[in-house]
Amino acid sequence: MSTIKVENLCCTYGEKTPFEQHAVKNVSFEINRGDFVGLIGHTGSGKSTLVQMLNGLIKPTSGKVYVDDVDLWAKPKEIRKFRFKVGLVFQYPEYQLFEETVYKDIAFGPSNMGLSESEIKERVIKAAKFVGLKPELLNKSPFDLSGGEKRRAAIAGVIAMEPEVLILDEPTAGLDPVGRNVLLSQISQYQKAKNNTVILVSHSMEDVARVTNKVMVMNKGELAMYGNTQDVFAKSTELSKMGLRVPQITKVIDALRAKGIALPEGILTVDRAVCEITELLKKEGKM
Amino acid sequence: MDFITAQNLVFRYIDEDEQVNTADVKNVLDDVSFTVKKGEFVALLGHNGSGKSTISKHLNAMLLPHSGKVYVNSIDTADEDEDFTVRRMVGLVLQNPDNQLVASVVEEDVAFGPENLGVEPQEIRVRVDNALKAVDMYEYRNQPPHKLSGGQKQRVAIAGIIAMEPSCVVLDEPTAMLDPKGREEVMSTIKKLNKEQGITVVLITHYMDEAVDADRVIVMDDGKVLTEGTPQQVFSQVELLKRHRLDVPQVTELCYKLKARGVDIDTLCLHSNECIEMLWEVLK
Amino acid sequence: MREIAFGQFYPGSSLLHKLDPRAKIIMLIAFIVLVFCTANYVSLAVVAASVLGIVLLSEVPLRMYFKSLKMIIVIVLITSALNLFYGTGEPIWQWGVLKITLSGINNAVFVSARIICLILISSVLTFTTSPNDLTDAIERLLKPLTVFHVKVHEIAMMMTIALRFVPLLLEETDKIMAAQKARGADMESGSLVQRIKALIPVLIPLFVSAFRRAYELAVAMECRCYQGGQGRTRMKILKLRKRDYLSCAVVIILIVGVVLCNVFLPQTVR
Repeated sequence: MSTIKVENLCCTYGEKTPFEQHAVKNVSFEINRGDFVGLIGHTGSGKSTLVQMLNGLIKPTSGKVYVDDVDLWAKPKEIRKFRFKVGLVFQYPEYQLFEETVYKDIAFGPSNMGLSESEIKERVIKAAKFVGLKPELLNKSPFDLSGGEKRRAAIAGVIAMEPEVLILDEPTAGLDPVGRNVLLSQISQYQKAKNNTVILVSHSMEDVARVTNKVMVMNKGELAMYGNTQDVFAKSTELSKMGLRVPQITKVIDALRAKGIALPEGILTVDRAVCEITELLKKEGKM
Repeated sequence: MDFITAQNLVFRYIDEDEQVNTADVKNVLDDVSFTVKKGEFVALLGHNGSGKSTISKHLNAMLLPHSGKVYVNSIDTADEDEDFTVRRMVGLVLQNPDNQLVASVVEEDVAFGPENLGVEPQEIRVRVDNALKAVDMYEYRNQPPHKLSGGQKQRVAIAGIIAMEPSCVVLDEPTAMLDPKGREEVMSTIKKLNKEQGITVVLITHYMDEAVDADRVIVMDDGKVLTEGTPQQVFSQVELLKRHRLDVPQVTELCYKLKARGVDIDTLCLHSNECIEMLWEVLK
Repeated sequence: MREIAFGQFYPGSSLLHKLDPRAKIIMLIAFIVLVFCTANYVSLAVVAASVLGIVLLSEVPLRMYFKSLKMIIVIVLITSALNLFYGTGEPIWQWGVLKITLSGINNAVFVSARIICLILISSVLTFTTSPNDLTDAIERLLKPLTVFHVKVHEIAMMMTIALRFVPLLLEETDKIMAAQKARGADMESGSLVQRIKALIPVLIPLFVSAFRRAYELAVAMECRCYQGGQGRTRMKILKLRKRDYLSCAVVIILIVGVVLCNVFLPQTVR
């Protein structure tokens, strides 16, 4: 069953002016429940516009968005309830923190939903746990947290709304390697635990390769590719034509394949590469 | 010749309002010593909070160590009269390009530094044009910064420093907020300045792939220098780096893991081309 | 939102665009005085005609001028209506306390014509001069005031920084608003009090970010050896050219003409 269905979606900025700009052009796709989708494309490819149309922050110029088979814009007055169904974490979300305590900030979304005090509490604690925020931090001011903790608190603020679809725009931007890895695995665990749909918008092919099972590629406002992660990254020449780079490891393996080495295509992680290479060496009796 | 010498730097942020026992305050920098030679490209690596950004502000006298000394071209940065001499020699480029551009026209922003130094107008014009050409932003000289991409803005910020004709440029995570294209633009600009104009570069980063082309890598952890050497020497210590919240380039990790499994590899590669060559030799 | 705040400058290459901004500011001041000096229909016609001529010379589309006029049309109507009914002398038409006199009509015509001329002529300056040039010119024109300890350089620097950061903060406001809306913040409905309350989640992050930016900018400026206006040079040297002197001469002739009109022809308004 598909949670999100998009039909012929278009978004044009500054329509009928000399500055007319087609941010998203005629995009259609379906995302199934439980999919972890990576959304890649370079800056200005229409990714941000696309994700903001999925939760009704931007109204499409034409085309339809369905969430659980319900048309988002059938009743424009009720658009707010889709924001709770499709949670969107913006880039550098720590810049949206504003409450006196971390607890209150995470509770902002749930209380906008009109939940009871006890339910809000339960959700805040659960969300904080998902992102690995220590309970004692909940009573601190969000402005006293470290950079990484702020990021987590902000993400928890969206997770606490318990959306059916979670969209994260560059959640690891600016974090150091370990910070990135930890946050990514937490998102991945969250996705598995709830079997929810997660969309990860990222510039880092390494990150996308590590956690997603589907990849969507946007190029110049159009959906250029959509498929299983391995299949998409196997097309490294097409990707680099769009100004995107496959993970370094994939590039190396592809180069070896081009030289005639019998390695499988679509190797995305170092560990997989290590396995395949040692296997090959064993098969050929060189090891 | 050593252009920058840092000797036994100790630094901590002290909250003046609170009466805290100074022994409880953690040192951000704890006995850090290193040198940078003229014309060298040094990468300073470390995870967030390792103290690497604090170092950058010590190199141009924006911060002074609580104990220890920093000498720039033999000038003690603690000498208040020499603050501007030091800042003219060591330019600092910060992480967020938006917050370091002052004027709303590119060329006027680049002129800001030389104007502060009291350079003659005709000379400023020449410097601004040269600096913008050096970072490949000359065609954009009349644009407002907010119309530029992140990578372009950061290059304008670099031009603003170059126009002051420093001997050394310190860049504090200049690519952390940029997309891959912007990162590439900024990195090739930095390398070009180092190679073609002989400007000493200190690049502070947590991206390992940006450090592989440096002449020397200094790894910081917990306010101390963890290890130091050529990229080859440093990245060979895969275990040590991983233990200290750092990563190595994917190809280096591949070589390391293959070697651990008993594959016949003698050096750990840093670049993909080397790695392809080497694996080709092993696998063909 | 961004359009209103920074849509003033209309890039072009007309004579007016090329004039030295200092000359333009001084001529604007001269014109403002001139507009108030008009005392009879002849001088008013001369001034109005020259204003129209300048408007056409600016090569800025007329709809831009209409836009700026639209904003003050209410003020024009109210003030001219007041003047219409508060004239002195023989009433031409009377209804209860309301009476219209000849002087009332004259006053109304003059007031509205003067306001319209003022708006048009100041729009010419803002349409043909980039904000940077304006700041620059103001700094240089005010320079003599430093004798009286007016912080001219600091004021100009503040204007420069505002020009740079206002678009940035507007963009940031949009972003924060979108982020809070994504968390279900309701900013479009409710009573006035509720709407003001709904702005808190936007304003606090905006202030925090503005302070962070200000701090980082201060560091960056210090790194670039900024130490106030002392000993500072400028890359751009403003130089008065022949066209600047010529335009100033034309304005002076205009002033003389208006004065002569006022002296030798009967005055319609005081």
